[in-house]
This record gives sequence, structure tokens and C-alpha cells, in this order.
Amino acid sequence: MQIVVFYVAGALAIGSALAVVVQRNPFLAALSLILHLASLAALYLVLQGDFVAVAQLLVYAGAVMIMFLFVIAYLGDRADLDLRRGGLGAGAAFIAGLAIFIESVIAVSDSNSSFHAPAVVADSFGSPATIGKLFLTDHLLAFEAISLVLLVGAIAGVVLGAGELLPSRSRAEPAEREPKGERYDLRREFLRREEEAEQESEVGT
Amino acid sequence: MSPGIGSWITLSSALFCIGLVGVMLRRNPIVILLSLEIMLNAGNLLLVAGSRYVGGNDGHVLALTVMGVAAAEVVVGLGLVVALARRGAPLDVDELRSLHG
Repeated sequence: MQIVVFYVAGALAIGSALAVVVQRNPFLAALSLILHLASLAALYLVLQGDFVAVAQLLVYAGAVMIMFLFVIAYLGDRADLDLRRGGLGAGAAFIAGLAIFIESVIAVSDSNSSFHAPAVVADSFGSPATIGKLFLTDHLLAFEAISLVLLVGAIAGVVLGAGELLPSRSRAEPAEREPKGERYDLRREFLRREEEAEQESEVGT
Repeated sequence: MSPGIGSWITLSSALFCIGLVGVMLRRNPIVILLSLEIMLNAGNLLLVAGSRYVGGNDGHVLALTVMGVAAAEVVVGLGLVVALARRGAPLDVDELRSLHG
């Protein structure tokens, strides 16, 4: 049973990954990546990684891929660039990929591994309770570091995404925009711009 | 009946190489980020498989950490893409060479 799921989900994962790479339309490429992530979740279930499988579906298919689809929709036809490297670049890419794959296959076939069968594990293997306990005891540093990384990522997303609303040092009117000694206030700036727009529309009528 | 760890390593390296070819082949930054996700997930698959065959849960913890890092990386990457698009820059990594010496 496990070996059947392994081959079916593995073939699905490889096929959808190839579709991501060769697909011309980025929207369809993102949709094939969702299929890829779902088949990987099935493979995690074969490996008794229950919590990782659920986290994979929630974090990747649920959050990260929505972000991808949202950005592709936001950019509209600008995202639809079908650009690949031609000639030498494409050849180098294929040779590099193939070389690394062949190398790892040779390494696997030569190795005298003792891991031919999965280890005997308890039922609690891969359960949320086990992993939560590990996160809060042995791997507390990783837990704290990842929260810091996510915080920095969120700040970076705001800075990069809301660039126009953040304080900008325009060359034309630096003094007007940022009065000395007064701290920049996003809400006040927003209200000021709104007022200006209202006045302009009144002048227009 | 379950496959040996060699099958998992082969599958994982195949997925990693597909992602690598995608990163090197495509010039659209969004598709490059998608291919990067394939590479990160290939690494995750190997971590979970190793965890199962060795018999500890540490690989799962590392895989979840990688997921968090990947999420943060996607936020920064897509933020850069949106900022570039807003400035009217072309979405083609070969055209963006103002930092090229």
C-alpha cells in the first residue's frame, strides 16, 4: 500500500514540478505548484509525518500560494512574460540539473546504507504533541529564531509593498513634507493627502 | 511494504534538479520564486524521510523551520517584484542589471 502511494504521489510530484518549470503562463505554473505541494503532503503521510503534512497544506497551499496568486493577479498581464534563456543558458541549465541528479543516483546506488527499512517507531511519531514538545525543549532556539525571521519578513513586506505611503525623501519638496522636529505620522500624512485631493476636486468643479 | 531510503533520496534529488533547472532556465522572477519553492520542498522531503528511517522527530522540526524561512523568503521576493513593477521596471532578471559592475 505504502509503495503504491509512493509511486503515484511521487510521479504526480515530478510531473507537476516539470509543469511549473515549462508552463508558459505563471498563473497555471502556480496552480501546478499547488498540486506539487499536495502530492508532497501525501508523501509526508506515507512517512508518518502527520503534522508536517498538515502544516504543508496550511502554510504552503493555504498561505504562500495565495500570496503568489494574488501578486500574479495584481500584476495582470505584466506577469505574463514568457521568458527563458535560449541556447547556451538553457544548455547549461539542463546539464547542471542532469549532472547533479546523476551524481546523487550514483552516490545512492554505491552506498551501503543500513536504512533499507523504516525504523520502528511509536504511534506518537510525527504527532503535533511530539513535535510541539521538541520545539519547546530541544529546539527552542530554532523556534525563537523562526519567529524573529517571520517578524522581519512581515516588516520587509510592508516596507516593500507600501513604499508610496511610507516617508519618502522627495527631491522636490523635502522641507514641506517633513517639518523639522516633527515625527512622521502615517495617518496624518494620509489625512493630509485626502484633504488635498478634496480641495483639488472642489477647485475642479 | 515500503520503499527503501534510496528511493526517497532519488525522488528528492530529482525534484531538486527540476527546481534548479527552473531557476536557471526562466527569466520571470515570479517563476524563479516558484522553482525555488520546489527546491526547498525537495530538501524538506529528504529531511522528513531521513527522520522516518533514523527514527527521531528532529527532521520534522527542521522541516517546519525551513517552511517558516521559505514563507519569509517568499514575502520578501514578492515584495521586491511588486516594488519593481510599480517603478515600471521590466519583470525580467536579465534586464535588471544596474548593479552589474
